[in-house]
Amino acid sequence: MSETSRRELLRSIALGAMAGALSLEAAQHVHHLAAAEGVGYTPKAFNAHEYATLEKLADWILPGATEAGAPAFIDLLASQNPELAAIYTGGIAWLDRAMDQRYRRDFLGAQTEQQSAMLDLIAYRKNETPELAPGIRFFDWARRMVVDAYYTSPIGVKDIGYMGNTAVSKFEVPREVIDYVTKRSPV
Amino acid sequence: MFQITPRNTVYDVAIIGSGAGGGTVTKVLADLGISVALIEAGPMLNPARDFKEHQWPHDVPHRGIGPGGAGYFGKSGYSFGYFNASFGGWEVEGEPYTVAPGSKFRWFRSRIVGGRTNHYGRISLRFADYDFTPYSRDGLGTDWPISYDDISPYYDKAEKFIGVTGSKEGIRSAPDGIFQTCPPPRAHEMVVQRACKKLDIPCIPSRLAVITQETNGRPACHYCAQCGRGCVTASNYSSSQVQVFPAMKTGKVTLITGAMARELITAASGQVSAVSYIDKATRTEKQVRCKAVVVAGGACESARLLLNSKSSRHPDGLANGSGMVGRNLTDSVGYHLDGHIPALAGMPRYNSDGMGGMHVYVPWWLWDKKNKAFPRGYHIEVGGGFGMPQIGSFSGECRRHEGYGASLKASIHERYGSSVGFSGRGEQIPNEYTYCDIDPAVVDQWGIPVLRFHFAWTDHERKQAAHMHETFKAILETMGGTVASPPPPTTEGEGISIGGQIIHELGTIRMGNDPATSVLNKYCQAHQVKNLFVADAAPFVSNPDKNPTLTITALAWRTAEYLAEEMRKGNV
Repeated sequence: MSETSRRELLRSIALGAMAGALSLEAAQHVHHLAAAEGVGYTPKAFNAHEYATLEKLADWILPGATEAGAPAFIDLLASQNPELAAIYTGGIAWLDRAMDQRYRRDFLGAQTEQQSAMLDLIAYRKNETPELAPGIRFFDWARRMVVDAYYTSPIGVKDIGYMGNTAVSKFEVPREVIDYVTKRSPV
Repeated sequence: MFQITPRNTVYDVAIIGSGAGGGTVTKVLADLGISVALIEAGPMLNPARDFKEHQWPHDVPHRGIGPGGAGYFGKSGYSFGYFNASFGGWEVEGEPYTVAPGSKFRWFRSRIVGGRTNHYGRISLRFADYDFTPYSRDGLGTDWPISYDDISPYYDKAEKFIGVTGSKEGIRSAPDGIFQTCPPPRAHEMVVQRACKKLDIPCIPSRLAVITQETNGRPACHYCAQCGRGCVTASNYSSSQVQVFPAMKTGKVTLITGAMARELITAASGQVSAVSYIDKATRTEKQVRCKAVVVAGGACESARLLLNSKSSRHPDGLANGSGMVGRNLTDSVGYHLDGHIPALAGMPRYNSDGMGGMHVYVPWWLWDKKNKAFPRGYHIEVGGGFGMPQIGSFSGECRRHEGYGASLKASIHERYGSSVGFSGRGEQIPNEYTYCDIDPAVVDQWGIPVLRFHFAWTDHERKQAAHMHETFKAILETMGGTVASPPPPTTEGEGISIGGQIIHELGTIRMGNDPATSVLNKYCQAHQVKNLFVADAAPFVSNPDKNPTLTITALAWRTAEYLAEEMRKGNV
């Protein structure tokens, strides 16, 4: 994307946000363009389709995971490790084929309900069948790494409420914490 | 190929290894004006550059899992994680060890000034009076040639100098010492204490080598929980920062790094005259001449050095007339169990970092019960709290909850900080199947023959692990917790630890009054070689349910003072 079109895009987001009128499609479009722009990150291991699929999956796993850099983290590691890259390229190809068999669309092109219907299958071990096993194994990898990436990002650290990694002169447990635990504990 | 270049200087004392034992001897001798050559296999430590304290996972592109996500495949090479200050690990490149068929053993080595003290757990427990007379109490193992009263003044000196937290409790299995104030318990530790009280189990403030008040110019702890990464303010004990660096300021210490000791050279008198080592940078053999030598490479490395120091006078290795070098190897018995505590779920967030380790622990409480299913005992360490989110922090929750989206996230947030874990550390009794010797077929990259380990737990230890399981389950359930069904506690590696895994290996050059059954006398001086001393955990006669480091420091201090006095008298 050229610098001009990027500026235009950002201006349109700002206008849309002000007007509260950015449609869902437009928002998704903007999102993908911004992602392709990389928000400072250019995919190294995955092609544009794979990377966009990974972004979509990441945000399904944890809303905000793409903004927190989860796809970039996975791509970076995959670019250094063919074994890891194959887990994702193979997994995404499996996913697209499974979606195509069911809906005649790839994962990204499918409707939201179609995407979630597939995830509801592959997000649980109890659904394991010979047909679904590769998808379940792939999703297990994606979930684990997206969760890792999200909660080790500044956004995730803040979201979960970790307050440490800082120097303090005195260690204390706040009264409200003691009260909370005392009230709920059987001892 | 090798060029042997003896240095002309004759040092008063050559010390091999700069960990807890070598660091202590270095400091004590240097303060007494004795010239010391300190020989370390690893490089110099620069805490400001080498310690990863206060870094976030997102400060590095791979966030700690290693380039290419190596850790996801079990190949990161970081034995205790990327941020830990171990400078070594279960494997050291080019320096293998072997394990005999039928045995399992893991050997953790750190190659750096300060050795394993840069990252260790800082748990600092005195042995109890009865720990020095195990054979007299239950007919197993061997009594020490020294008593609690012999070492007690050195526990005092060590605690005062390095700084140890704790409280006066008057419990015989956990003798009181000279303590700094321990910070208050974390929220989950308060619940552990209440559950223990109900079960009539003592749970007392921790004894950690972390200072909570300024000590010898070292600032008090700043409660970031990252002792394992090395402390840039030296607010915990490491031999590098607390002993070696200050000792170097006396001008009495020559530190030789990158020096892998190969052999102790003896003169016609039978005394050690020099240390032969490989200078790793040039791959050449060099020597340090000395009037006396203190071996402190860690129990197994020290045994290896003596076994490799063969001569016509010492055909089975130096000072090994008893055949005991390498024998009597033990490690602590390790077992871990954790559970989810509903009372802690959804707890309001607070900074629970604190010291790098638990603020409360359970000393052994059944020491006077005669009718237990197993001899000896264990202590319990407590884990929990809102740890820094790291790679893998929520993998368990991903596996348990599965799914995705809002419900996965809600579950992770609800359960963050709600799990509590207990680790038992118990006493292994020396047995004839557990020892190390030289593998006749393998040398390391320096050409030095390597160690081969033989290891077996007995029913004593397996029954102890089973007892740990029952105790931990009882405490967790008293807290209202639920415990997953783990493999049987006797399953090696999944229940009871693998030998060496707790990194409390010791006993391989034991002390005793009888030269026929021990290598060292009661001052850790070799019976057969009067200018040879050992100052790590190799001299220990037993491996009580207390982490060894404080006793290594205290015993090394006593050994150093004895050595200095013997030198003054002209006996060494």
